[in-house]
Amino acid sequence: MAGQDIDRADDPVVDPVAVEAFGDPDVNRAFERYRGKYPIVVKDLKNCFGEQVVHEGLSLEVNRGEIIGVVGGSGTGKSVLMRSIIGLQTPDEGEIEVFGRSITRGNPEDVVGVRNRWGVLFQGGALFSTLTVGENVEVPLKQFYPDIHPALTREIARYKIMLSGLPEEAVAKYPSELSGGMKKRAGLARALALDPELLFLDEPTAGLDPIGAAAFDRLTKELQATLGLTVFLITHDLDTLHEICDRVAVIADRKVIAVDTVPNLMKLDHPWIQEYFNGPRGRAALTAQALDELRKHMDKPIALNAVKALDKSDEKKA
Amino acid sequence: MSDGAEFAIEDAKDGRRLVLSGNYLVSTIGVADDELRAIEEPISEIDLSGVREIDTVGAWVALGLSRTTGGKIVGASNRAARLIGALDGIEASEGNLHPDRPGAVARVLESTGQQVGIAQRGTTKAVAFIGQFIVATGSVIRHPRRFRTTAFVRQLELVGVSALGIIGLMSFLIGIVIAQQGAVQLAQFGAETLTVNLVGRITLRELGVLMTAIMVAGRSGSAFAAQIGTMKLTEEIDAMRTIGISPMEALVIPRVLAVTFMMILLGFYSSVMAIIGGAFVSDLTLGIPFLTFLARVQDVVPAYDLYVGLVKAPVFGLIVGMTGCFQGMQVEGNSEEVGKRTTKAVVVAIFAVIVLDAFFAVFFTNIGWA
Repeated sequence: MAGQDIDRADDPVVDPVAVEAFGDPDVNRAFERYRGKYPIVVKDLKNCFGEQVVHEGLSLEVNRGEIIGVVGGSGTGKSVLMRSIIGLQTPDEGEIEVFGRSITRGNPEDVVGVRNRWGVLFQGGALFSTLTVGENVEVPLKQFYPDIHPALTREIARYKIMLSGLPEEAVAKYPSELSGGMKKRAGLARALALDPELLFLDEPTAGLDPIGAAAFDRLTKELQATLGLTVFLITHDLDTLHEICDRVAVIADRKVIAVDTVPNLMKLDHPWIQEYFNGPRGRAALTAQALDELRKHMDKPIALNAVKALDKSDEKKA
Repeated sequence: MSDGAEFAIEDAKDGRRLVLSGNYLVSTIGVADDELRAIEEPISEIDLSGVREIDTVGAWVALGLSRTTGGKIVGASNRAARLIGALDGIEASEGNLHPDRPGAVARVLESTGQQVGIAQRGTTKAVAFIGQFIVATGSVIRHPRRFRTTAFVRQLELVGVSALGIIGLMSFLIGIVIAQQGAVQLAQFGAETLTVNLVGRITLRELGVLMTAIMVAGRSGSAFAAQIGTMKLTEEIDAMRTIGISPMEALVIPRVLAVTFMMILLGFYSSVMAIIGGAFVSDLTLGIPFLTFLARVQDVVPAYDLYVGLVKAPVFGLIVGMTGCFQGMQVEGNSEEVGKRTTKAVVVAIFAVIVLDAFFAVFFTNIGWA
């Protein structure tokens, strides 16, 4: 997978001591980028709400530099899994490690050291409504690094917002003045404020129109490639899964039943997976992606003819 | 090797050369950024080959240096080059993160104008609401089957029965305070026995109903506003309308009627509890036996004091109920509005009740019920 090797090729001077000692929490400080293979490791997670068991024996390893999609039916605990990983929900059993440090039993000091290395985009954006977009992005900067010059935090906030694909005017606007898609982008800018290595996205394209959703997918992919992010993405959007996810984890029966690329998942025999990816919507997303691929190679006659043929058959149907 | 961001300025063959080293990250940039901002001399080259770790903040600082000093960035790792490339299209600007605000005078004028507009629209809407309420009441009277008995009984329970504890305790304590404080003052004239007149008349005429109205505004008026407001936000009210249920009939009438009716009972109950409180403290401190106190109340309090209270109670109830439902129906937009409208429902209701109470006082005195 291309994403995984992004940062290995251009590591500056590889310091053998640092590499050897990685995993030791004292060496793994905030100014080191994580160089292990799995930034997120979940082992035998169990989550219950009263009588209802949401997760049992759930295990998942996320590779560094990949975009991992998490899918599952409604109520299978995708968001609960994310909340467990970012420490908002204490699991009943099991072990969660982020950047090689335990979230579940680590002492609070350790967890603070991890918290400024991830960014989270909540479903509704969760922007602070009394602050402008720019001030929203400044909040984590001021919280973690109060000694940075105010002029620099302002500049950082501005370029993060523009990096997230918002126009310059959006900086001084309040969240209530933004559309749904812009709120998501503003939320993304805040999630990126601290240059995290790990980005959590909870249904980023839900509620967006198809054009906005496709644009957000492209943005996620671009940012992941430029900033070398590992992205943990909860989604229901089949197009997102096909377009940008390197691997997809399927949650069913209270655990992760499979983690693989979409084509490989489609070969599996599980009824839910079959219905999900091979249902009418799944096939439509697949066709759309295949057409996109073909259009990229329009210079080759085979592709050109194939696209023409497909377009004609569409016209006939219409 | 140091973990912070460091830099040095060296002489090179074609001008001066800025060598950055260490980690250029959001977590380490703090001090170095201040010093880098102070560099004013022209720089020909910015060497990034000594930089161990870099993120977009480091890249932004390097890019900013290259823009202000005119230096060329050399020795960038792939990652650094990629990050700088991504930021290159973004203009640096000292722009403010707030929207521009007009001056103080303009803001005062603007805000005054807005308040006048809000007051005018609010009055129109309030009058419209009262009109709708009257029409809905009329149609329920003509078609009594449309009256929501279940909802009405439920509201009677919520507004009345479940408030008995708190209103009883509050009135009992108020009775104690009036009797005790009154007795201290009256003792100066040797008229402690008039404590009975004081407690009996003031609670039946004024305080019983007034304090109950304030409590009901806080308990039920706010609840009406919050419930109806939330239902408006979640489009439940719109759903009702499309099904053909009038929100006025289903939500507003049962609530307003329940609070109007319950205010009569609660107001009387509150007065009784206050008199019991007064009798209790008189027994303890003044030596007037409990039952004697109650018997004296019958003698010294004229019947019309009770009527004064009982006439005011339903009017106050109507005001509290109407205000709560009206503010709830005015909720629009976001959840913040629910909070604002709930507060407003309570404040407006209490204010209106107190103003009206003053008019009632003058009115009853003039008709001879003094």
